[in-house]
Order: sequence, then structure tokens, then C-alpha cells
Amino acid sequence: MYRYDSYDHAFVRSRASQFRDQVRRRLTGELSEEQFRPLRLHNGLYLQLHAYMLRVAIPYGVLSSSQLRTLADIARQYDRGFGHFTTRQNIQFNWIKLEDAPDILDALAAADMHAVQTSGNCIRNVTADPYAGVAADEIEDPRVWAEVLRQWSSVHPEFLFLPRKFKIAISGALEDRAAVLFHDIGLRIVKGRDGRSGFAVHVGGGQGRTPYVAQELRGFLPREHLLSYLEAVMRVYNLHGRRDNIYKARIKILVNAIGIDEFRRQVEAEWSGIDKPQIDLPEAEYARIAAHFAPKKFARRPVAAAAVARRRATDAAFDRFYRNNTAAHRTPGYRTVTIALKEPGLIPGDMTADQMDAVADLARRHSGDELRITYTQNIVLPTVAIDDLATVYDGLVAAGLASANAGLLTDIIACPGLDYCNLANARSIPLAQAIAARFAAPERVEDIGELRLNISGCINACGHHHAGNIGILGVDKKGTEHYQITLGGSPGDDADIGAIVGPSFPAEDVPGAIETLVETYLALRQGPSETFLAAYRRLGLAPFKAALYAGTSNTGTTDEARAPQLTAAGV
Amino acid sequence: MTHPSIITANLLRSGEVVYLGNDGRWTTELSDARIADTPAARSEIEAVAAEAAAANEIVSAYLMDVRIEAGTPAPASMRETIRAQHRPTV
Repeated sequence: MYRYDSYDHAFVRSRASQFRDQVRRRLTGELSEEQFRPLRLHNGLYLQLHAYMLRVAIPYGVLSSSQLRTLADIARQYDRGFGHFTTRQNIQFNWIKLEDAPDILDALAAADMHAVQTSGNCIRNVTADPYAGVAADEIEDPRVWAEVLRQWSSVHPEFLFLPRKFKIAISGALEDRAAVLFHDIGLRIVKGRDGRSGFAVHVGGGQGRTPYVAQELRGFLPREHLLSYLEAVMRVYNLHGRRDNIYKARIKILVNAIGIDEFRRQVEAEWSGIDKPQIDLPEAEYARIAAHFAPKKFARRPVAAAAVARRRATDAAFDRFYRNNTAAHRTPGYRTVTIALKEPGLIPGDMTADQMDAVADLARRHSGDELRITYTQNIVLPTVAIDDLATVYDGLVAAGLASANAGLLTDIIACPGLDYCNLANARSIPLAQAIAARFAAPERVEDIGELRLNISGCINACGHHHAGNIGILGVDKKGTEHYQITLGGSPGDDADIGAIVGPSFPAEDVPGAIETLVETYLALRQGPSETFLAAYRRLGLAPFKAALYAGTSNTGTTDEARAPQLTAAGV
Repeated sequence: MTHPSIITANLLRSGEVVYLGNDGRWTTELSDARIADTPAARSEIEAVAAEAAAANEIVSAYLMDVRIEAGTPAPASMRETIRAQHRPTV
């Protein structure tokens, strides 16, 4: 993985030191809150429902085991002993004191980490495929370009005050595991006709109150021109993006207002005038960064480990973990392991400091000292020898992290919701827990199969409800928490936005409603190989809606059903 | 009709949720908050908050409606109930 050089170190240290002085001036009153607020936001420090919240960047989701230990230390020393992994592969600490924030930034800087640009109207943390560098279906490692983008976008003087926040995702594999099409810019590494690699560039995706799937801006961009081309995209957005209306300020609104063809024309015109050699990455610099991600030579390990086969045959829970939480690795003899932070009864994405230490230790001993954070709020050990799987599994059981439900119904994405967030209309966490409790039997969840269920506590959609096969959106209905259900969303290659099924439900009725949807699917599917999403696409909304509203006077044709986003936002 | 109100904020240093109390200090207990039930009383507590903000003691102050239970203020929404507990509901 990338290691800071002296320039990187000097940069994050100077930022931490600047912030220390800014906090000092705020506490003495030299800076007003109005002056200080944008400064603290550019350093990831929010004022949330209960306290300050610090969002720390985990660039493209990659962490070393010692960095995870640093996060554990911060959780213990400055927070309440835990942290929350987010849908942007970051971590949030919920109980931070302003006066402690400078010390935390120093601790992060000492571990090659920072909180720069995790908030504010700038280019945010670049996200990537959590299996980057090890996936069996990978064309090229996206981490090299993700790191290039991190360096390019960090305090880029032209793009620090954009009309609105800006999110870039990148994948180098055949399968999209980074929800690339739900980003302001989504990059897929592809091979050109001459075998050289480049990017398929997508633009204008996003969730929030006006969800869009990104559209293709350019089918093939030679990789050496990535930075100059992105500068052209950013300039067109920076110039024409709306600053007069926060709800219309994202690039998706601009792209859809003028149309992708006109947007492309403007980008190409801008790009043609750019001095490309001045902006594009020199080959030597590419090589310097790529060297950090050079494919590792893994020791030869047995492909068919007899001990693992025996354990799978005698331990149903381990066998289930193997089936659901491990994936093919590019090197024979190894698997990629997902640690689902979705243990029943716990909070999706939360991890205690002790668990962080335990996982850091497992990563050090069994996964090349490296981990990944996924946008589904899980952790990945990228490279585990098949022969070590039972040891790793036993370690996870001891740490209370052996949920064998990765990619299944109870692997729920949930935003912090009204329990922590100033923007939320309704709680997400208790609902995720109630649904997990309803589907507590692991055999049943596995029989239901692949199913992405996402919960957001408000229309800002941090819980990606639009992209859930089943999406749940919290709304405030006359002072009570209600939840609207959408069906058919998908975050992957077949990206789609869920359709609202009908009027909302009070919290206590939601687990039953999910049960009804699942039972309807199980009754109508053409077999276990037809996933919930595939069945929904074949059958449409009608049978699910009929089952959900059977015996009620609700027919799903109310104003709320037709214009839910406006209702939910209270606009 | 006039709703009874109190004023809430966060302490600048710690971020803790606080309420302007009957004794004029900032308290973490919502039940100890000073109730304003006339426009004049509301202006008065807002002025106290503005002064505390100017003195860099608090940030993000706002008036909030409360219910009165046995003479004591209680939160009127789920959001304020969660804030007043200083912890998530889970």
C-alpha cells in the first residue's frame, strides 16, 4: 500500500498544526463560529446531534493493521471506545471534544492519516473496489489511480470551493463492487483496442433527494490523460453548477439539465484548450506511486487445504462463513475474507476499539498486514491463505465478528440516523436491529439469498436506500417516525434506482412488511438461483405491492406515494 | 396560543448538549431548563444565549418547544428526546 513520503508527511502535519491554531483562535474568540465552521468542516469535524463528530478519511478504503490500531487508540482515548465505518469507506468518531481535535489530527498524521476534505464542498475521499489488487476478475489495480486522485484533489486550489461536495469512485474489475454509477464521477478501468488501459468515464450519478444513475461521458479515455480530462470536467461543473440552490448544486443536476451530449461537448471543448502535459501525470510519477502497489508474491499455500475441508464438513457455522464471507482471490491457495460488521443486535458499521485491535492482529498475522473498508460498512481481509481460514474464523468468533451474512438480507447498510445525526428525520439503527432480529435464523437468510437492504434516516440517502434491492427511507409524518419502502434498486453494473412501493409504514410495522416482501419473493421465484432483484425485475412491483397492502385501505396512490421525496424533505 | 419554549445549545469546547437553566447557568438536564411562555420571556432567554455565544461558551443555540409535565419541561419530539438523553436509543 501507499506510504507517505516526506512531502506527504509535511503536508498532513502542517494541516494538523494549522487546525490546532484555528481551534485555539476559536476558543479564545479570535475566530467567530461563522468564520471557524468552514475551517473545521474542511478538517472533517461536524457538530452533530450529541457532540462533535470527526470523520477520518480512509483513502479508497485501504488501511494497514497499525493504522487500525491508531483508530482503536483514538476511540479509546478520545471517544467512547468505538467508531463507525461509513458508506464512503471512512470512519466516524461520534463523541469528540473540540479541544481534543488537534491532538487527534496529530495522532492521525503520525500514522499517515488525515481528515482533510471529508466534508465541505470539495472533492471528497475517493472510494474504490474493496477487493482491489486481489480480485480474481481484476483488469488493473485501481488503487494506483485512486492514490493519484487523492494527491491531485488534496487542496487543489481550483476545486476547494465547488458548488457542492464531489465524490469519485473507481473500479478496476469486471464486476462493479464500488457502486461506481452512483457517484459524481465513476471510473471503470477498461482495455482499449490496442491492449492499453484507460477509463470508461461516467458522470452525474448520485443519491440524495434527486437520485440519478451516472451516464457515460467517454467510453475510453487513455489513462495518461486522466488528470487533464477530469480537470476539464471539474471546470465545466465549477463554472455552470448552481450555487444559488443547495438542492440543485450537484453535478448530476447540471448534467441532466443540459443533457449528457451538451455536457460532453463542453467538456471536450474545455479539454481541447488545456495544456495537457502541464496537468497530466508524468510517467515517472505514475511509476513511483504504482511501485507501492506492486503485486505481492504470496508464498505457495495448499489450494485444497484438508483441514479446512474437514472443518467445513463438521462445522455448519464455519461452512456458512466460508460460503458467504469468502471470495475468490487471484492467487491460488488464498481467499478474500469479508468481516461483516452486522452481528445481530449490534449497530451496522460499528466496531469497538478491542475489536479493531483483534482484527488488526488477524490482518498482521494472516492478511499481509492490510485491510479494506467496504462501502457496505464491512471490513475485508484481502489475502488469507485457505489453510489459515479456520484460525482467522476462530479469531473472529472470539472477537464477536463472525457473522456469516455478507451480501445477504441481514448485511444491512444503515446510516447513523436520528440517534446521532442532525439531519435525520427518523432512526435507522433500531430498525436495522429489528429487521435483523426478525431474520435471526441464518439458514433462512441464506435460503433467501443475495439481497441488498439499505436504510437511510432522511432523504440525503447516506444509507443508500435508493440503491437497495429493498430500500427503506425514514420520514417524519406529523411528528412520528415513518418509513417508506422502495424496491428494485441496485448498486452494481445493472445500477438502478428503487421504485416507491406505496404509503409509508410506522416503525413497528416495517419488519413485518419486509417479511411480507420476502415471503412474496420466495413464493414466486423460479428457484433459489433467481435472486430477489431478478424476480422483482421479472414480476414488477404489482405482486409485492398487492401483498404489502392486502387488507388495508391503502392502495399506494396517495400524494405521498407520488411525491415522496418532497414530502420527506418537508419542502 | 403560545407554546412553552426553552433554549438549547452545545458547549463550544466539548460539544455537549445543554439547556439554559433556571439559575442562569447552562445545564445538561432538560428538566432544569428555564421555561419561556411569552414572547417577552423568549426574547429574554434568546438574549442570554446570544451573550453566551458571544462569550464563546456555547454554539448552535436555538429555541425549542417543550411539553410541560407536572411543571417540568419535557421534550416534544423524538429528536429532542434523543438529544436530552445524551445517548442513542440503542
